[in-house]
Amino acid sequence: MSDEKEKDSGRPNGPEASEPETPSSEAAADGAAGMTAKEGANPSADPVSPPAAEPRATVSGTPSVPEAGADSNASTAADSSSSESPAAVAGTPGGPASEAGIPDAPAAGTDDADGGTSSAAEPALSGKASAADAGTPSAEAPAPSGEAPAADPEREAKLKAAAEARAARAAAKAAAEGSAPTADGGTPSAAAPAPSGDAPAVDPEREAKLKAAAEARAARAAAKAAAEGGAPAADARTPAASASSGDATAVDPEKEAKLKAAAEARAARAAAKAAAEGEAAAPPEPKPPSPMQPQLDLAVELVRTLTAEDAIEEAYINELDGHRPTLILRGERLLAAAELLKSHPKLRMDYMRNLSGVDYETHLEVVYHLVSLQSGREIAVKVKTDREAPSVPSVVSVWETANWNEREIYDLLGIDFPGHPDLRRIMMPDNWVGYPLRKDYEPLDSEV
Amino acid sequence: MEFNLESITPEERQELERNVFMGTLEQLKAWARSNSLWPLTFGLACCAIEMMGTGASHYDLDRFGVMFRTSPRQSDVMIVAGTVTKKMGPLLRRLYDQMPEPKWVIAMGSCATAGGPYVKSYAVMKGVDQIVPVDVYIPGCPPNPAALIYGINKLQEKIRYEAKTGKRVTSR
Repeated sequence: MSDEKEKDSGRPNGPEASEPETPSSEAAADGAAGMTAKEGANPSADPVSPPAAEPRATVSGTPSVPEAGADSNASTAADSSSSESPAAVAGTPGGPASEAGIPDAPAAGTDDADGGTSSAAEPALSGKASAADAGTPSAEAPAPSGEAPAADPEREAKLKAAAEARAARAAAKAAAEGSAPTADGGTPSAAAPAPSGDAPAVDPEREAKLKAAAEARAARAAAKAAAEGGAPAADARTPAASASSGDATAVDPEKEAKLKAAAEARAARAAAKAAAEGEAAAPPEPKPPSPMQPQLDLAVELVRTLTAEDAIEEAYINELDGHRPTLILRGERLLAAAELLKSHPKLRMDYMRNLSGVDYETHLEVVYHLVSLQSGREIAVKVKTDREAPSVPSVVSVWETANWNEREIYDLLGIDFPGHPDLRRIMMPDNWVGYPLRKDYEPLDSEV
Repeated sequence: MEFNLESITPEERQELERNVFMGTLEQLKAWARSNSLWPLTFGLACCAIEMMGTGASHYDLDRFGVMFRTSPRQSDVMIVAGTVTKKMGPLLRRLYDQMPEPKWVIAMGSCATAGGPYVKSYAVMKGVDQIVPVDVYIPGCPPNPAALIYGINKLQEKIRYEAKTGKRVTSR
């Protein structure tokens, strides 16, 4: 069983190549741990160099194992280990590499439970694979001791503790390596654990961890940016190192919380630093009131007091349109408000400059642009209407200009204007079906 | 009147061969028609501006016997100059039907040819050839006066060719 799995983990190497090597594979299964580790560490090297394939030949020494017989469990184990090896390879010497070996320990453990027979060799294989790859002896030492017994839950816990310890050590080491003075040096080493942590993401809590890791990354990036702005390198490195340890240890909720808090703290620190660094501007000061605000207030007050309190749904200054005072009126109050806007001596909006309709897909809207020829002041009035049965009272009785404009809106958007003297299509043929300017309009004849 | 070739002198015969052209009645008619193409004024958009410019003194379409008419009853050719909307289509067809035979159509510019820039519009006809038979298509947006004159020349060529050979250049 263990042999089979080992072979599977070595599967990427190409099993056929290993067959001729069998005579040289008399090495004992337990004694071959180091060699198998080497084999798992560099799967790509095997097809190229026959000597590298040798250790795997020890695995295939058992004749009973069929070449193609890969059971699914074993293959998942192989996947996890193979997906980790690159991470381990990517890791910088020291801590991260040893961490990279951790996540596959649980996977291997479940695998063992499945298979029944305990195989200490396999976790050792993958764990040591990464360790061997990194080539750091100090990291390699704890790996076998920590991972070999990972066959039952309490061992797993122990393993995790060991992993934490290692991670902490690694972080400390990274910090201690302080002679590497650039922030860049610190950042990649911190980045390495993140992928290794991602690899075994199989359950929701891991997802949370993932998120935390992303946050941490963001914080790191911020810190880096701050550091590149002339800050001393040590500052940037410290949070990076802590991030690495934080990522690795986040295995249970409280640790996650801690991690998050740490990330937040870091972000806050970075922000504070950025602010301290000078040009980062002060909080935006409140906008000065619009010069048109008095006009808007006047119109709002007059409409509210002289027509109805609920006539105005919303009133605002349209800054993008030259600070135009804009009123959004309730449809049923439109006519009264229009008469007021036209006739009140303080407003005198006696000229309708434009009248158009808009399809906002959630609703339709009619827009009136009014001008006072006496004072030259302008006001925009908008009326929202339902999309299913759109209807807005006609203002032809107030502004004669609205006649054809309302016909146009009726023609193209299908808004009904009760009170209009002659509401017919004005541009489309009389027998036209549909309202072409509606966003969901589909022509009857698609033609081209 | 009797006309005996044997009775004439060689000098007279030479003179005749130099000055008398022989041909069919169809060719004669085509010669007359192609040199007095009276278009129905059908300006619909910016192409109409170019058409007006072509008719005015600088390019002077009158040189080719092309004189714009305001009534379909007096016209031989319809120069569709501009965008034909779906609302305009039936009117265009009616005016075409009111023109006496023989009659021709020139589709001037990309709109009248195939819808032009409005090819995706819900309101524009994708080429005037969907409602009337077109003899000459003039590309351009809009075609300049020289292009319009070239198109009219092509139509004249077509009229004469069809009369001479009895073949149709386009199948209607």
